[in-house]
Amino acid sequence: MTHRTPTTRISRLFARLREEGRPALIAYLTAGDPSLERTPALVAALERGGADLIELGVPFSDPVADGPVIQRASERALKAGATLRGILETARRVRAASEIPILLFTYLNPALRYGLERLAIDAARIGIDGCLLTDLSVEEAGGWVSLARKNNLDTVFLAAPTSTPERLRLVASYSTGFVYLVSRTGVTGEQARVSEAVGPLVAAMRAITHLPLAVGFGISRPEHAASVGAIADGVVVGSAFVRLVEESAGSAELEQRIESLAQALRAALPERKR
Amino acid sequence: MGAFPDARGHFGPYGGRYVPEILMSPLEELEAAYLEARRDPSFQAELEELLANYAGRPTPLYQARRLSELAGGARIYFKREDLLHTGAHKINNCLGQVLLARRMGKRRIIAETGAGQHGVATATVCALFGMECVVYMGVEDMRRQRLNVFRMRLLGAKVVGVDTGSRTLKDAISEAMRDWVTNVATTHYLLGSALGAHPYPMMVRDFQRIIGVEARRQILEAEGRLPEAIFACVGGGSNAIGIFHAFLEDEGVRLIGVEAGGAGDELGRHAARFLTTTPGVLHGTYSYLLQNEDGQVALTHSVSAGLDYAAVGPEHAWLYDRGRAEYVRVRDEEALEAARTLARVEGLLPALESAHAVAEALKRARQFSGAVIVNLSGRGDKDIDIYREHFQDLDPPHADH
Repeated sequence: MTHRTPTTRISRLFARLREEGRPALIAYLTAGDPSLERTPALVAALERGGADLIELGVPFSDPVADGPVIQRASERALKAGATLRGILETARRVRAASEIPILLFTYLNPALRYGLERLAIDAARIGIDGCLLTDLSVEEAGGWVSLARKNNLDTVFLAAPTSTPERLRLVASYSTGFVYLVSRTGVTGEQARVSEAVGPLVAAMRAITHLPLAVGFGISRPEHAASVGAIADGVVVGSAFVRLVEESAGSAELEQRIESLAQALRAALPERKR
Repeated sequence: MGAFPDARGHFGPYGGRYVPEILMSPLEELEAAYLEARRDPSFQAELEELLANYAGRPTPLYQARRLSELAGGARIYFKREDLLHTGAHKINNCLGQVLLARRMGKRRIIAETGAGQHGVATATVCALFGMECVVYMGVEDMRRQRLNVFRMRLLGAKVVGVDTGSRTLKDAISEAMRDWVTNVATTHYLLGSALGAHPYPMMVRDFQRIIGVEARRQILEAEGRLPEAIFACVGGGSNAIGIFHAFLEDEGVRLIGVEAGGAGDELGRHAARFLTTTPGVLHGTYSYLLQNEDGQVALTHSVSAGLDYAAVGPEHAWLYDRGRAEYVRVRDEEALEAARTLARVEGLLPALESAHAVAEALKRARQFSGAVIVNLSGRGDKDIDIYREHFQDLDPPHADH
């Protein structure tokens, strides 16, 4: 890459947590579910509960990487009128109240339609720190990565248990901020236990890059966070929060329940003495 | 014209590989295995043997004299893919991919289906090779193509209804991709059209290319010269690219792709992708895509489940941009009427998909004086319920009394 590595809230977060010797709690929410108006309050609840980084999901009509929980959330959000433009506006409201790092998490097509250059400029201006484009393979990502570098946005890419060593190297070289390791072959969603593929994947990636490594997919319970947090620099929890939104959207207690789950997950993260 | 796609699966700006990272290595493996098989004479020999003795190739090129007379102008020929085993061109690709799956050591096959033709062809080759078969199908399509659902089950396949989104082909593909992401170590995704991430658009085209190779030879035998035009319906576009491809260098041959005009030109009422000027990414490939202004994939409509899809195969997008092929749309009503005409004048009952190509050829026959070929990609048995619903005058409640 020709541009220098961005310095964002994301890289500062991981630098600080490295000093503190603990992994990050990364929380995913589908923006606009149940409504864009409510999303900032849910983000605030996550932050109160101890989330360190927010993945703000952009709903897409055809979410091929997502399991039923996030599929339904996407449908609800789209029905409630969420658009990428509206989500950026919502991120602006979040940013006005908080310095929590924000990663925009989206399928490629809404971003293409918005315009990749316009997205990079607008996201950076609003105070979003990075973007992860789920179905943008590194092979097709050259143009996007340049735009993101130019605008000081992190580009987070996925690595998977199926990735070959050459692909892991490619993914690491295109990523900034952190690398998102997919814990297992499958779609997003809660699982009873964490895949055994995690350990080898983390080890393989450590041998390639000094970037922080976050692990997601299938992590929903405190005991998962504890075991993954022992080897990774970040633990991503998505469907468990989204399911709470589904169950309690009509209730004034939703924010409290979100905060409590975040607290429980955060409390389970191991301290690592350096 | 040069060879397309390029090494990364691009047809000009279109195509490529836009999938979550989990699928990238499996797609690389599939591409490597396919390229190796393509060069392997024993693979090609086994495929040719199956195409000849199991599927029924070569298919005839039939001159439809009564229809030509009715239409006036062109001498209309039909490439009779409807005569293939399972009733459509889909079997060409299924035989190729199932051999590839076996070569890769995969014993479980998954597929999507719209009209059910690809699902039936997949279930058939899985029965033939003793492989586990799971077919994803939108519940809306299951309703309108009940006969094919039963055929698949009879052949031993598991048919899984998809009850998300528009409940049609698009959602069936999404669900098949989710299955593949989850079971990729053991499973081959037998994609049925010239769609999806590289190498699928290239591989499916190669397996369907035989249609045009045969048709070109046959028309030269019959007419002593090339046809003036070729008509083929375009959903994902596999039968169309299959018959077009051998004629790409023959610049005098007009290539006419016929999309589903559905019930009207407003977004949501048709599946005419070339009505839009906005490409996008759906199911792993960059191509023309029906979508709203926020980049959400639009709902589509066609009386024909096999054409009812929001994106078009990337090679068609490239042929369109370069002006090598033209793309038109035919509405539901026109396709239904063309089917009835063809049945009455030639005794051929086409699939509703193919009826779109027939309708366009009838409409434009007077523009030509020489031969034109229509790809009769499938037969109409599966559509009897829809024809019956539509032509109620032929089916009065007490006609037998």
